[in-house]
Amino acid sequence: MAKIPVQFMLNGAEKAEFIDSGTTLLNALRDKIGDTSPKGGCHQGTCGACSVIIDGELRLSCLTLAETCNGAAITTTSGLSQGGVLHPLQRAFLDAFATQCGFCTPGMLMAAKVLLDHTPDPSRDEVVEALSGNICRCTGYEPIIQAVLTAARSNSQNAA
Amino acid sequence: MELRKSYFADQRTDDLHEIGQPRPRSDSPGHVTGKTAYFADRNFPGMLHLKMVRSPHHHARIRSIDTSEAQKHPGVVKILTAKDVPHNVYTILILIQIGPEDETVLADGKVRWKGEAVVAVLAETERAAQEAAAKVKVDYEVLPAVFDMEEALKPSAPVVNEYHGRNYYLYDSGECRKVRFGDVEAGFAGADHVLEQTYQSSPIEHAPTETTGCIVAPEGNDRFTCYTNTQAMFFTLDNASIILQMPGNRLHFVGGTVGGGFGGKVDVIVEPIAILGAKLTGRPVSFIYSREEEMQISSPRAAEKVVIKDGVMKDGRIVARKVTGYTDAGAYSRHSPYGAQKGAGHYPGPYTIPNVWIDTYCVYTNRTPSSAMRGFGVTIGDFALEVQMDKLARLIGMDPLEFRFINAYRDGDIKAHRQPTEGAALIECMQEASRAANWPVAEKFMAISSYAKGA
Repeated sequence: MAKIPVQFMLNGAEKAEFIDSGTTLLNALRDKIGDTSPKGGCHQGTCGACSVIIDGELRLSCLTLAETCNGAAITTTSGLSQGGVLHPLQRAFLDAFATQCGFCTPGMLMAAKVLLDHTPDPSRDEVVEALSGNICRCTGYEPIIQAVLTAARSNSQNAA
Repeated sequence: MELRKSYFADQRTDDLHEIGQPRPRSDSPGHVTGKTAYFADRNFPGMLHLKMVRSPHHHARIRSIDTSEAQKHPGVVKILTAKDVPHNVYTILILIQIGPEDETVLADGKVRWKGEAVVAVLAETERAAQEAAAKVKVDYEVLPAVFDMEEALKPSAPVVNEYHGRNYYLYDSGECRKVRFGDVEAGFAGADHVLEQTYQSSPIEHAPTETTGCIVAPEGNDRFTCYTNTQAMFFTLDNASIILQMPGNRLHFVGGTVGGGFGGKVDVIVEPIAILGAKLTGRPVSFIYSREEEMQISSPRAAEKVVIKDGVMKDGRIVARKVTGYTDAGAYSRHSPYGAQKGAGHYPGPYTIPNVWIDTYCVYTNRTPSSAMRGFGVTIGDFALEVQMDKLARLIGMDPLEFRFINAYRDGDIKAHRQPTEGAALIECMQEASRAANWPVAEKFMAISSYAKGA
C-alpha cells in the first residue's frame, strides 16, 4: 500500500511522517511519532482517553484520520508544561488528588484545557459538561471537577 | 480531616506524623505530564499483532479447524492452535495446589463458553490479523448449555467441564465449603422469629479504561521480555512458565502502572500465548484486548446467589444463622473456588452468633469464566447480609443501627470458623457513623467498646 505524507505541528514542533491511508491520528502519534500521552481505551470514540486539541478544538484522536490533519496545530498532554513548569491544570490535578491509575488523565486534561481556553471562569455544571465525554473508572470524578475549578480560579488570580 | 484520638487511646502512642497529612502521590507527576509508561506505550520494530478466533457458541464440540484460507491472507505470519501450546490445560491456582487443571489456553476439541479462545492469528498489522481471523473455519457441533446455577446442580444437567466431571468444585470437605458452629436447628427452634431470604447478583465487569494486554519482545539471550498490565506479576510468570514448559529464568516480566484493574487483571490469559507467538516467530508480539473483548471476554465478578436464614429474639439477639452461598464460576475455575471458600469464612458477617451453619458452592456453568474483583466472595455476601440485617431489625421493630450494636462482634469472641476476634473496631465505627450521620442511638451503645468487656 502506498504511504501518504502528513505534516503538522505537534506541541509547537513540526512533525512529518509517512503513514498508511486510514491510520488514525492516535496510532500515528503513538506508534509513528512516539507521543504516547494520548491513550487508547476503546478505539471507538466512547472513553475520551485519546482526546487531543486540534486547532483549538477538542478532538478524539482515535476517530480522526491522521491524513486529515495536514497543516494542523495539535496539542497533547505531553506538550502542556512549558520549560519544566507545570500548567495550572496539571498543578491542580496533582494537588487535588485528581489522578489515580492515570490512564484517563491526559484526556481529562485536554478536555479541561479546551474548556478553560473558551470559558476561563466556568460553573461547576460547565465543568461537568466539559468532562462528560471522558470516562474515569477509578471513579475520581469529584476531585477532577474540583481540580478544574481550582485551576480556573488560579488562572483568574494570575490574570488579575 | 479530623482525627478522633479518643478511640483506642490506650492501644497506641500519640506520635502520628503522617496520618491526617496530605502527601503527594508519587505517581501523579508522571500521570499529569503523560510520562507514565503503561505496557502499551512500547513499540518495537517488526512487532506482530495477535488476534483471537473465538467461539460463537456457549457449548460445542469442535469437529474440525481449517486455517488454510487464513494462512494465505496477506500479512499473516503464524497461526496457533491447541497443539502448538506445550502445556495447554492449566489452572492458575495450581501454584497453591488448588487443582485440577481444567482450562485450555486454546480450545482442544471443545468450547465451554461463548468467547472462548480457539485459534490465535499473528500478522504484520492488527487489521491483517483481524481479517485473517475471520477466515478461520471452525466446524462446531453445538451441545446443550446450562446458564443457571440451580439447573447446573441438577443430576440431569449437561456436564460443563469434564476435568471436574460434575458441575461444582469438589473441596476436601465435599461438594461445598462448610462451617459448622453450635446447633443451628436448636437455635431456630428457640428463636422468636425466623426469616429466610434469597439474594442474587449478576456478573459485574470491571471495565478498566486500559484494556488487558501485553507486549512481548524476544531478547538476544534466548529470553523473552513481557511488558504486561497484569496485577499479579510473579503469579503470571510462574503460570506462563508451566504453560510454556519454559524455565522461569527465560521469562522477564516488566509491569508498572496499570490503567485500572480492580481485580480484572489477575488472570493469566494474554501473556502465555503472546510469549509462545514471539518464540515461534522470533518477533515481538502485541496482544491487546479490544474494548469489546474487555467487556465480553475478560472475567467478570461472579454471579452469586445467597440464601440466608436467621433466627432472632425480640430483644435483638441473632441466635442462629444458616447461609447457603452459590458462586457462578462460569466454565472454568480461575479464582472462583477460592472466592467461594472466602465467602464461607465471611458469611456470619461481623456479628457474634452462637449457632452458625454455612455451605458455599462453586458452580460451573457455560457462562464467561468469572474471577477476582474487589473483595470477591465477600462483597455480594455483605450486600446480602446487611439487607438481611435491616429486614430483621424491621421484623422485631428495632432501630437497624441499635440492632447491629447488639450483635456486633468484639475482641475475644470466637468466630464461627473458630478464630478469635482481634482488632474489631465495628462498634467504634458505628459510634462515629451515628454521630456523622446524625442517627442517634441509645446512650448505652455509645458507651460500649470493641475490646472492653461488659456493658
